[in-house]
Amino acid sequence: MRYLPLTTDDRSAMLATIGAASIDDLFADVPVDARLDGPIADLPLHASELAVERHMAALSRQNRAAGDGPFFLGAGAYRHHVPASVDHLIQRGEFLTAYTPYQPEIAQGTLQMLFEFQSQVARLLGTDVANASMYDGSTACWEAIVMARRITKRGKALLSTGLHPHYRSVARTMAKYTGDVLVDGDPSLEAGTDWAALAAAIDKETSCVVVQYPDILGRIDDMTTLASACQAAGALLIAVVTEPVALGLIKAPGEMGADIVVGEGQSIGVGLQFGGPYVGLFACKTKYVRQMPGRLCGETVDANGKRGFVLTLSTREQHIRREKATSNICTNSGLCALAFSIHMTLLGEAGLRQLAAINHGRAKMAATELAKIPGVSVLNNSYFNEFTLLLPTEARPVIHKLAERDILGGVSLGRLYPANANLANGLVVAVTETVTEADISAFAAALKEVLA
Amino acid sequence: MTALNPGGWRPEMTAAGGADDTTTFTGNRALMLEEALIFEIGSTATTGVDFDETAPAADLGALTRSAPIGLPGLSEAETVRHYTRLSRQNYAIDLGLFPLGSCTMKHNPRLNEKVARMPGFADAHPLQPQETVQGAYAVIHELAEWLITLTGMDSVAMSPKAGAHGELCGILCIKAALEARGEDRRVILVPESAHGTNPATAAFAGFTVEDIPATEAGRVNLEALKARLGPDVAGVMITNPNTCGLFERDMKAISDAVHAAGGYVYCDGANFNAIVGRVRPGDLGVDAMHINLHKTFSTPHGGGGPGSGPVVLSEALAPFAPLPFVTKHAGGFRLIEEESAGEDHPQTFGRMTAFHGQMGMFTRALAYILSHGADGLKQVAEDAVLNANYVLRSLEGVLDAPFAASGPCMHEALFSDKGLAEGFSTLDIAKGLIDEGYHPMTVYFPLVVHGAMLVEPTETESKAALDQFIGALRSVAMRARNGDPALKTAPHFAPRARLDETAAARKPVLAWQG
Repeated sequence: MRYLPLTTDDRSAMLATIGAASIDDLFADVPVDARLDGPIADLPLHASELAVERHMAALSRQNRAAGDGPFFLGAGAYRHHVPASVDHLIQRGEFLTAYTPYQPEIAQGTLQMLFEFQSQVARLLGTDVANASMYDGSTACWEAIVMARRITKRGKALLSTGLHPHYRSVARTMAKYTGDVLVDGDPSLEAGTDWAALAAAIDKETSCVVVQYPDILGRIDDMTTLASACQAAGALLIAVVTEPVALGLIKAPGEMGADIVVGEGQSIGVGLQFGGPYVGLFACKTKYVRQMPGRLCGETVDANGKRGFVLTLSTREQHIRREKATSNICTNSGLCALAFSIHMTLLGEAGLRQLAAINHGRAKMAATELAKIPGVSVLNNSYFNEFTLLLPTEARPVIHKLAERDILGGVSLGRLYPANANLANGLVVAVTETVTEADISAFAAALKEVLA
Repeated sequence: MTALNPGGWRPEMTAAGGADDTTTFTGNRALMLEEALIFEIGSTATTGVDFDETAPAADLGALTRSAPIGLPGLSEAETVRHYTRLSRQNYAIDLGLFPLGSCTMKHNPRLNEKVARMPGFADAHPLQPQETVQGAYAVIHELAEWLITLTGMDSVAMSPKAGAHGELCGILCIKAALEARGEDRRVILVPESAHGTNPATAAFAGFTVEDIPATEAGRVNLEALKARLGPDVAGVMITNPNTCGLFERDMKAISDAVHAAGGYVYCDGANFNAIVGRVRPGDLGVDAMHINLHKTFSTPHGGGGPGSGPVVLSEALAPFAPLPFVTKHAGGFRLIEEESAGEDHPQTFGRMTAFHGQMGMFTRALAYILSHGADGLKQVAEDAVLNANYVLRSLEGVLDAPFAASGPCMHEALFSDKGLAEGFSTLDIAKGLIDEGYHPMTVYFPLVVHGAMLVEPTETESKAALDQFIGALRSVAMRARNGDPALKTAPHFAPRARLDETAAARKPVLAWQG
């Protein structure tokens, strides 16, 4: 077996050193009736690299890759061009095969990268500090709700109806067990957000208000008034960003007064990967940092006075605090954070702003073209690179008919909200820099044909 | 000069720099290169990405982001150099033995990386129409079947994102099962030797955590456990093999007792590598166990994640598993993802994450499993256990091994700080090992052993590599026993000397302030 270096002679010599007659002696503590005699029956035996690659390639070919044709899906995961150097650098063995930097003297590469990542994320989201990342945006979102409860000692969270339905589901799952009360609902097909209604609904029990920006229907809005309303009532404003490229064009939630900003960092550097691994962004005001979940990297000096970096404030974490920890989270999403950070470094502020502007321009072009189709209209009056189309018929079957024409034409609200007939005609369309004008024309032509 | 790391070592710092007074203008020492922060070497006007078109003017009025963001950019050439330089300040499995106990730092096969990047997997959207991603569902299903068979369990929840997330999944299944029975049991019993995530998870889900006493031989005290069981106990969380590197001989009896008292058995599967292909947790009465794909099944640790933590479940807990999941039908695979999936899965506790879990880890883990097959995986467990026992027996003369007398260990060897010279600690041994070119073992865990050193060599180390490591650790241990003062200031040859963690925590600097 190509991954196992011990030879038969090695094994014999080592057993002799140990003083065991056979390998079975080393498993003597396993109860006799739980020991397996040979390899587990009915499972294949070892295979060559060629054979495994062939098998996996055959499975890969059974999928339509996003890049194989016109592609317009978003709704929490976005297809952007990732420069070749990003994937090359994250495959350096010193990054790829390192562990959590618990021995900082020989992990400064990971630690400095995390410090840079935290700084980039904080600036992008417009906040003071960010952590070293969470599993993904959805888990970061419910961790933020739990954090708001710890800070405010209140238990009612108001969720905007524009929050991604999966994020809402995750929060609902957790709330069942933590005792939080969630006020939530499905979105209505209106051009504007529900934020004014949320502001009016804040009361003395409210721990936080959670809004997504841009929201699940692609809508964007100014959260300054909502932030003030939260502050006046002693509640926290949590903003969720699932498309961070947007923040190269539109104001960051932190700039508008959000207390905690969480997000999905996938669209910068990470790629689609069929849903994971992704990278959860988690940022907040400095005054709340000791209530944050997850790993934090901080600057310090070594015994010789040189600048260096360490994991810090770990008295919040499970390996120190056990059942009193701020979260049970142990890992972060290190390698995805690295990919995010490298891509962000390549972009820089100038590149990010340009990328965001191109995305917005492309989306406007697509919206204009698609709205020309009889019976089709655009719901939003403002959006970044994603908007909601209203079709004259249910969107869910339309998606499949488009797929037959090799066009992946967005995410139907029917799939996201299967129980809500009012939303069935909605189609969420994302348009990034990877979409060409030809793709837009092909989409428009196919949609017209399908709806005819 | 701006490209120099301003906090890095400088010629003028010779006095503070210790015994080595060889100075250079840059602060570099040949291949040991200092590297400044991107905020010190980049600029907001620089970009390493070219675009095909000029951006249209923004038209979003007051929402337009007009204030500076402060994100530095670098050209591609500078970017590659920055991160390559940083990478060289890391220790990694690719550089050498990485004996971090309970972390299973085994070789990460590169076939796995290649497979994960196949466009059908890497460039597929989680919400694509189901007919366009049948191959992705097939991967999830095939891996799920392997995990079920290898563990002898009833089903598996694939979506948990990491080990601790998997623990939460298992504990929520237990909570949901109790609710379905109409019982309000509030206590989860956890041994003191458990990973910190176990009590943190149980507490997060609203349970009260109580300790399970251990025996002198480092295992769960069955009689004490039985005495504590009762109508208030929801279940136990037990790591097997445990964090002392020992197999819980009474595991089946523990499970039987817990079940008889109406509770459930959660097994922390972090140490599954010791028994994969040789022992099925299902045969030991386990109800739920997470599997760290980044440990047993070799997906890369990536400097702290991403992990992946599928949870295998017993028949009793399977009905409560989270959404979404993949099912197989005559016409192909189907993703069950909706909360309204009534007839398919009415008792699910809900969704734990957006989308379907760590697909990029599933492809890697499946490639690893197919490469080994049932025979290779059994060999993995055997070699991992053989290597750990070899380390244990080779070092027990120089380091105290508290449980060595009671028999063989499993995949990791546990030592204590007993016998070190006055004023010398486990930390000194760890830092001394760094100078010898090794990443230290897990230190000060498990908590039940004073100054614990937990060594997990894994099966991907050759005998020659083990012999050299044993020699190095013996040498460092002797220095600690003899009180060598130079060991107190180790490491001497690493990119940094010991770092001031107290200062970092007292006045946290968590972001660039320039």
